[in-house]
Amino acid sequence: MLESSRRGELIIGGAIVAGGILSTLAIGSVCIVIAGADPIRVYARLISETLFAPYGLGQTLFKATPLIFAGLAVAIPFRAGLFNIGAEGQLYLGAFSAAWVAGLLHPLPGFVIVAGAVLAAFAGGALWGGVAGVMKSRFGAHEVITTIMLNFVAIALTGYLVVHYLAVPETIHTATISEGAWLPRLSDIWPSLRGSSANIALFLAVAVAGVVLWGLWRSALGYEIRAVGLGARAAEAGGIRPGRTHLLALTLGGGLAGLVGVNEVLGYRHYFEANFSDGLGFMGIAVALLGRNHPVGVVLAAVLFGALSHGGLVVSDLVPKEIIGILQGVVILMILAGRTVSRRVRIARRKRAIGSAL
Amino acid sequence: MSAPSVEMRGVTKRFARALANDRVDFTAGAGEVHALVGENGAGKSTLMRILYGSMAPDAGEIRVLGHRGRFRNPSAAIAAGVGMVHQHFMLIGPMTVAENILLGEEPTRFGLLTPAAALEEIRTLSTGHYLDVDPTARIADLGVGEQQRVEILKVLFRGARVVILDEPTAVLAPQECSGLFRILRGLRDRGATVILITHRLEEVREVADRVTVMRGGRVIATHAVGDITARELAREMVGREVATIAPRDESPAGNEVLRLDEVCSLNDRGLPALDHVSLQLRAGQIVGVAGVEGNGQRELAEIAAGLRSITSGTVRVAGRDMGGARRRDFIDRGVSFIPEDRLDRGLVGDFTLAANLALRRHRRPPFRRGAALDPKAIADAARRLIASHDIRPPAPFAPARSFSGGNQQKAIVARELGDSPRLLIAAHPTRGVDVGAIEFIHERLLDARDRGSAVLLISAELPELLALSDRIVVLYRGRIVTEFKRGEASAELLGEWMLGGGGADA
Repeated sequence: MLESSRRGELIIGGAIVAGGILSTLAIGSVCIVIAGADPIRVYARLISETLFAPYGLGQTLFKATPLIFAGLAVAIPFRAGLFNIGAEGQLYLGAFSAAWVAGLLHPLPGFVIVAGAVLAAFAGGALWGGVAGVMKSRFGAHEVITTIMLNFVAIALTGYLVVHYLAVPETIHTATISEGAWLPRLSDIWPSLRGSSANIALFLAVAVAGVVLWGLWRSALGYEIRAVGLGARAAEAGGIRPGRTHLLALTLGGGLAGLVGVNEVLGYRHYFEANFSDGLGFMGIAVALLGRNHPVGVVLAAVLFGALSHGGLVVSDLVPKEIIGILQGVVILMILAGRTVSRRVRIARRKRAIGSAL
Repeated sequence: MSAPSVEMRGVTKRFARALANDRVDFTAGAGEVHALVGENGAGKSTLMRILYGSMAPDAGEIRVLGHRGRFRNPSAAIAAGVGMVHQHFMLIGPMTVAENILLGEEPTRFGLLTPAAALEEIRTLSTGHYLDVDPTARIADLGVGEQQRVEILKVLFRGARVVILDEPTAVLAPQECSGLFRILRGLRDRGATVILITHRLEEVREVADRVTVMRGGRVIATHAVGDITARELAREMVGREVATIAPRDESPAGNEVLRLDEVCSLNDRGLPALDHVSLQLRAGQIVGVAGVEGNGQRELAEIAAGLRSITSGTVRVAGRDMGGARRRDFIDRGVSFIPEDRLDRGLVGDFTLAANLALRRHRRPPFRRGAALDPKAIADAARRLIASHDIRPPAPFAPARSFSGGNQQKAIVARELGDSPRLLIAAHPTRGVDVGAIEFIHERLLDARDRGSAVLLISAELPELLALSDRIVVLYRGRIVTEFKRGEASAELLGEWMLGGGGADA
């Protein structure tokens, strides 16, 4: 009720995404032909093996899970007017904290370890986001710079701590956590997904997206975050403290990035490994961008990127895996271009509407 | 006046639901100042945007400076010698005055910037036209009035022979206005065509040669200024008689609501803005603050609203020392704020009107329940305020940005006075709004006073200050240099003090 009607926008948005994906497939087929393969065959396998085969669907959802957390981690600060480039570092802290706390709680029952590790994952990421938040709100340090730099610190710091204090000898990962704390796999519920690493962290991710959706548009805090993002000085005159709101948004975003650790540590590897992420946090930026910093959009974009990510494996015998990387890049460009066009149309329309109100 | 340099015939512009310009004929000659008056929404801005090439007409003929047909875009208009000073400035904050003026036509040699000569030209123009702008100052450090002078300078620098100004005096102090008029007359005397969009009828009489009145998208009439009275013009503008501000009796003053003692503060550039200001406001009292823009009014307003810290002195609201307090504490003590710039401090442009009307009170019931906001309560409150303040169109879920300036201002007034504040800080509450909305806002301020609110009224409109204020103080270089009781002040007296000359022989 606080926002103007969005139904028309949703339809347009859907059309842009559909058009973007179709044109990406068209451009991709040129690349595939150049690579000497048959585009129809590649796409058929890509789609059937990532979305319609049980195992492939499971892998798609498994890859989507951390991207949902990482996308939300970028989206929330963005709503407050901040670019969080630090999801990568925040998720390292989160995953490390989860594994560390799980190790400390080792003798306890599984559900206690899970609860402790989930909280630790959030707290670790939130701490890292909060550091950037304090530097922003207290000293005015630009969050893009600080979050980028904190990524390096986080990766190095967790690597150091693991290798020097927590690693199993001859490895760069911690000891395996208590088996009682391993998250159930989706294949335990739907046996046909057997072999896939998808686990119930997916449900946590979707639930968190739901909470973020509610929070941004229904809670007082979400209202303040969006007010600061859209008009910090007017928000300030309304009694909202922009600095504090920035700090909160980066802390929350960091916490959500930290929850990537739930999927990676409790749901998949069962230990923390140095340098495990390989850019999940940066993919979160693309996911948030594609999902328009909207929780529902983030979930959908995460599934799309999850499918592409797993798709690289299923077509690797037909085309070089770089083709999938090209598709990932092109789909972002296409959808952004579509939005620019539609925004121009909308602005032209709005100008007419404003004129008629004059 | 010689041959027309601007000729528009039968110009029609239709928007989705309305005719913004309905077969408009408009002619302006070389060597004249031509005022274009009308209420908000009369079609003045549309007509000028068409002339400036930023909007395409649906029908009609246009001829400008020998150029036939409409301009495809503003660049074409500028190249042909048409310049426009917009109400919303098109300046880049972090860059200097000179950089802004040169933007788009930077003087270069071998690909390197050669700003020296241009800088000199800007200085000459600036002093030659009494604009008094330092070309090396950063835009973000300048006040609204100064920024506007930069906009004028920009247009002059590009050699415009038709200069369109969209409500230029809305942001100027009185003697800045007379400075502007001096420039406009100078331009006219050199054969330029000056088109002045304005709401202020006394300006028409002061500076214009001819005046065209628009209402509802049509031209009602064009007059030589000497042939028509302000009252007749006002009637043509609104289609009815306008009441001038009716002075109300002084209300009995109540308890002390705001007290500043020896307050000093800095402006955004870190320079002293207020110099030991002491001021007292009682319930049921309007205290007016007169002063030329940039003499500390903005800082005074922000301090009283809780948005700026002070370097020394004390601020008390209803007896409590507000040292270290934030805006929220001021809000909790009942301090409302109508800021000078609507879309900067007043409204979150991309929020809906309803969400904006909840701002400041969004943390309290009925808007908030626990951690959640109550959308129904917010929408209901918005509908009530929209109805009681006649905000048009009555669309609670349209973005605030999409409303006209007058309706945006009504929304802010509705919000800030909606809960009977103990203290209202009103900075230029009627700046840039039409006659009808001005009357309405004045009534609201007086109602608030009569209900026991204390009002600190900062305005560049001396008639407004004189009609509404129980007391008027004059700020000059950050100090309160004098104070008048109701009835003691006059525009001339205030003007003298505002320029620092008052009391010379007292």
